[in-house]
Amino acid sequence: MGRLAEPRWVRNLLIGVTLLFLGSFLLLPLVVVFTEALRNGLAAYLASFSEPDALAAIRLTLLAAGIAVPVNCVFGLAASWAIAKFEFPGKAVLISLIDLPFAISPVISGMVYVLVFGLQGWLGPWLAEREMRIIFAVPGVVLATMFVTLPYVARELIPLMQEQGIEEEEAAAVLGASGWQTFRRVTLPNVKWALLYGVILCNARAMGEFGAVSVVSGHIRGLTNTMPLHIEILYNEYNFVAAFAVASLLALLALVTLAAKSVVERRMRQEEAQ
Amino acid sequence: MARRRILPGFGITLGYSVLYLSLIVLIPLAALFLRVTGSSWEQFWDAVSAPRAIAAYKLTFAASFAGAAVNAVFGFIVAWTLVRYRFPGKRVLDAIIDLPFALPTAVSGIALTAIYSRNGWVGRYLERAGIESAFSPLGVTIALTFVGLPFVVRTLQPALEDLDPGMEEAAATLGAGRWQTFRRVILPSLLPALITGFALAFARALGEYGSVVFISGNMPFRTEIASLLIVAKLEQYDYTGAASIGVLMLLASFLMLLAINALQHWVGSRYGRTA
Repeated sequence: MGRLAEPRWVRNLLIGVTLLFLGSFLLLPLVVVFTEALRNGLAAYLASFSEPDALAAIRLTLLAAGIAVPVNCVFGLAASWAIAKFEFPGKAVLISLIDLPFAISPVISGMVYVLVFGLQGWLGPWLAEREMRIIFAVPGVVLATMFVTLPYVARELIPLMQEQGIEEEEAAAVLGASGWQTFRRVTLPNVKWALLYGVILCNARAMGEFGAVSVVSGHIRGLTNTMPLHIEILYNEYNFVAAFAVASLLALLALVTLAAKSVVERRMRQEEAQ
Repeated sequence: MARRRILPGFGITLGYSVLYLSLIVLIPLAALFLRVTGSSWEQFWDAVSAPRAIAAYKLTFAASFAGAAVNAVFGFIVAWTLVRYRFPGKRVLDAIIDLPFALPTAVSGIALTAIYSRNGWVGRYLERAGIESAFSPLGVTIALTFVGLPFVVRTLQPALEDLDPGMEEAAATLGAGRWQTFRRVILPSLLPALITGFALAFARALGEYGSVVFISGNMPFRTEIASLLIVAKLEQYDYTGAASIGVLMLLASFLMLLAINALQHWVGSRYGRTA
């Protein structure tokens, strides 16, 4: 059997390399965020959150995620219903188009809206006449967030619903259930963990997006700054404690996301095994 | 057609999906391409072939490649130990692999800068050794290694789990040493997954912005990556220049994506044959 396993020293070396690599690349940044945030004590840490601009940034982040996540959730459900339950030409193309935002650099995702709604853009002059602003205003931030988080729910649901087929839904329909009843009583329970999984990832990205939002926001303090953008401003002003304090909230969100993700993953595996 | 009659909602769900996708993604994206095709060829060429742009592509591709290569080597070791060995803290480490996906890029950006700047946690020792990490191409590479870390590990893990132990046993019975078995049997069957993970990490790094903007120092010709150059152009209201470089980078990442898809197809057919 000795030939089927590595010698003990190789094993220990590889485990050591793994611990060192993950420790320095993943754990160290996390530790740094919290240490730097608490550098001047708990009072200074907490004071960072009573600042009005920080509160406004938190509110805008919650607003953007609060719109983008439900909207993309509805989109994901609608798209996966159409794609998984019906046959139609161009389906493969539609699936790839849904994944498109993942392939596009965040900066470009923001830029496309500047080119549509910006002053020099397609609709810029029309909007300016009516004194409406999308770029360098809250709607731009929300739109950019919707763009980058569009695929998350759909890409979790589509493969799962395709695999599940349509027998159960057809049975429900034959027994007289309406479309909505079929969806709510049959489809939704079958995909609930995948849906939750998609929502968790979608939310993490919505609250953490930086590049796309940065391009459209205009960085107006207290008005168009999300938490990640506020971090950048504080950091560039050498206000490190406050920057890391806001960052620590997002780091906590990331940790909660990872924990929730592994719980849901375990549930999905259990359900698959059944 | 029979299916459509039984299950309702096809028209409305497909219509809504296509409409929403068009409004949010496709039409704005068309604005980008029309902006570029609407400008003259000289304008496009001037923007994409300016020395500053060329320097930015070189750095972007070189640092992305280096980051993906580091991840290919260490990601392999990480995936291997996580799948094959048992050690304390393994579950936590496995869950934390996805941290670069979950941690907002601005947070990782300032954290990495705090670690690698001149008086940072690690940077001060590197400084003493004469190595400049933050505000140098090395800093860019470090950030791009961070963001690409999960890809190699996560594509290799399932491939490693699916590996047929019978092949290793056969190799051992036929007299192969462990290293020979690894090199001749295990590594070739993992190669497609390894290359896919590498390509995914590379593609992700090409478009990265948030984690790089802090650690790079954004010096034109030295530490400015393509995304930063696009933002710089937008800030100067040079929309056509920004769109031109954007289209070029977009085409590069689409090509990467096509290559990855072809690769996965190849992987699929390989697994299909062995099964």
